[in-house]
Amino acid sequence: MIEVRELRKTYRVRRRRAGLGAALSSLVHPEWSVVEALAGVSFSVAPGEIVGYIGPNGAGKSTTIKVMSGILVPDSGSCVIKGRVPWKERKAHVAGIGAVFGQRTQLWWDVPVSESFELLRAIYRVEPAAFRKRHDELVEALGAGELLGSPARSLSLGQRMRCELVASLLHGPDLLFLDEPTIGLDAVSKLAVRDFIARENRERGLTVILTTHDVHDIEALATRVILIGRGSILFDGGFAELLAPRRDKGVERALAELYGELGIA
Amino acid sequence: MELWLRYARVALMGQFSKRSNLVVVTLAQLLLTLSALAAVLVLFARFGTLAGYSREEVLLLFGVAQVSFSLVELLARGFDSFSAILAQGEFDRILARPRGTILQVLGARLEFSRLGRALVGAAILVHALRALGPAMVADGPALAAARYATVASMTLGSGAIFAGIFVLGASLAFVSPDGLEVVNIFSDGGREMSQYPLSIYDKALRRFFTFVVPFGCVNWLPLEFALARPGASWPAAFLPLAGFAFLALSFLAWRAGVRRHASTGS
Repeated sequence: MIEVRELRKTYRVRRRRAGLGAALSSLVHPEWSVVEALAGVSFSVAPGEIVGYIGPNGAGKSTTIKVMSGILVPDSGSCVIKGRVPWKERKAHVAGIGAVFGQRTQLWWDVPVSESFELLRAIYRVEPAAFRKRHDELVEALGAGELLGSPARSLSLGQRMRCELVASLLHGPDLLFLDEPTIGLDAVSKLAVRDFIARENRERGLTVILTTHDVHDIEALATRVILIGRGSILFDGGFAELLAPRRDKGVERALAELYGELGIA
Repeated sequence: MELWLRYARVALMGQFSKRSNLVVVTLAQLLLTLSALAAVLVLFARFGTLAGYSREEVLLLFGVAQVSFSLVELLARGFDSFSAILAQGEFDRILARPRGTILQVLGARLEFSRLGRALVGAAILVHALRALGPAMVADGPALAAARYATVASMTLGSGAIFAGIFVLGASLAFVSPDGLEVVNIFSDGGREMSQYPLSIYDKALRRFFTFVVPFGCVNWLPLEFALARPGASWPAAFLPLAGFAFLALSFLAWRAGVRRHASTGS
């Protein structure tokens, strides 16, 4: 499903210093520093896997996701997803993937959620009959029926996340990027989201790349984790295996200690 | 087209859900237009003519500028406010959807509050055309039709220039994310300026706004022909096409900007 080989990406970042004088001089002589976001990342994902893609802030997670969703072109290396290079065939590629970014909405803020879904149907050119079927299944599975008439801005975070999940799967993708899907949710909504994802994976074979800081999401969903730190893959395997020596400390503490030991915290 | 109508429907519903805001903004827009109109009327009440142009002749340009600017603001607001779309990460969302960027940016913002202003502009345009009608039809139906068509093409060409300025500004936002006030000099400034015949301005300014940002080609030069002024001939009717050339070039800048975004990611 996904083949990533030796991906590299460096950013040039304008260095900013404090003070008016420094601001003026940086206008004339900008100083650049180079940040290596991906330093040769390789992994592959098979259809039907749920992979937890973890690592501390700034490790290169979102750069990888941006490359895989066709938004960003890497400096070198290859990425082939379902036989396509994402940034070379952007439209064909993104038609077959879904994405949920927990901290950003994909719904239109001021109109009823059902209008957002209709707009997405038009964007993805989904046949009305296929759309109706898929829509009804998803809405039922997430219990989002009574939310359809409310504008997105009036929904609670948990309600909104259920609608985001419907929105990301309406066009029937077989690959889903989930970024912080449970951030800020109460326990009931968290469990509902996790159950739903597990079921889509089990029943439809949905492949999921899950980036999150919530170790309990990983524990509940991912059969495999990929740990990235400073632009390199540091671990690729089972979550239990990753934490095995310190499992008795609880997942959160165990992971924090591991980050500290790897010098990526 | 189906998709654009969907976008329009969502934008309309959204704006109607904040009805009081829509009313206030529409009224403010009307007031702006009326005060600009008052300035023209006061000027002519005081001086009678302006560099050889009558009040109705200037009102014709005024109407062309208002109609084209407000319709483009309605339709291409996404490009006008693109730095916000970029800053909020909304553009990455656009790239993650299987449609062209231009259509999606247009659909991201539609400002229906500009409709009132466009209607006032249209009313002024109709008034000016009725007053100037006798001169425009004096030399036969073929030329009369050509003169009216010229007014239409002036409006379209002027809209193309405004759209081009918005698109250029949006392209620049990929390079410098900080609010680009410079662009407003050309869009708002261009609107104010093109309300009057360019011939009243300084030579350097006139050249810039003819050969770089081609307002002269949709304004003063074809106006001479539309008004049947001596010395003006029919080829001037085609000058407004320069506005579309400008728009086409601005889309090249847009493509370069999108490509840059794909390699810098910010």
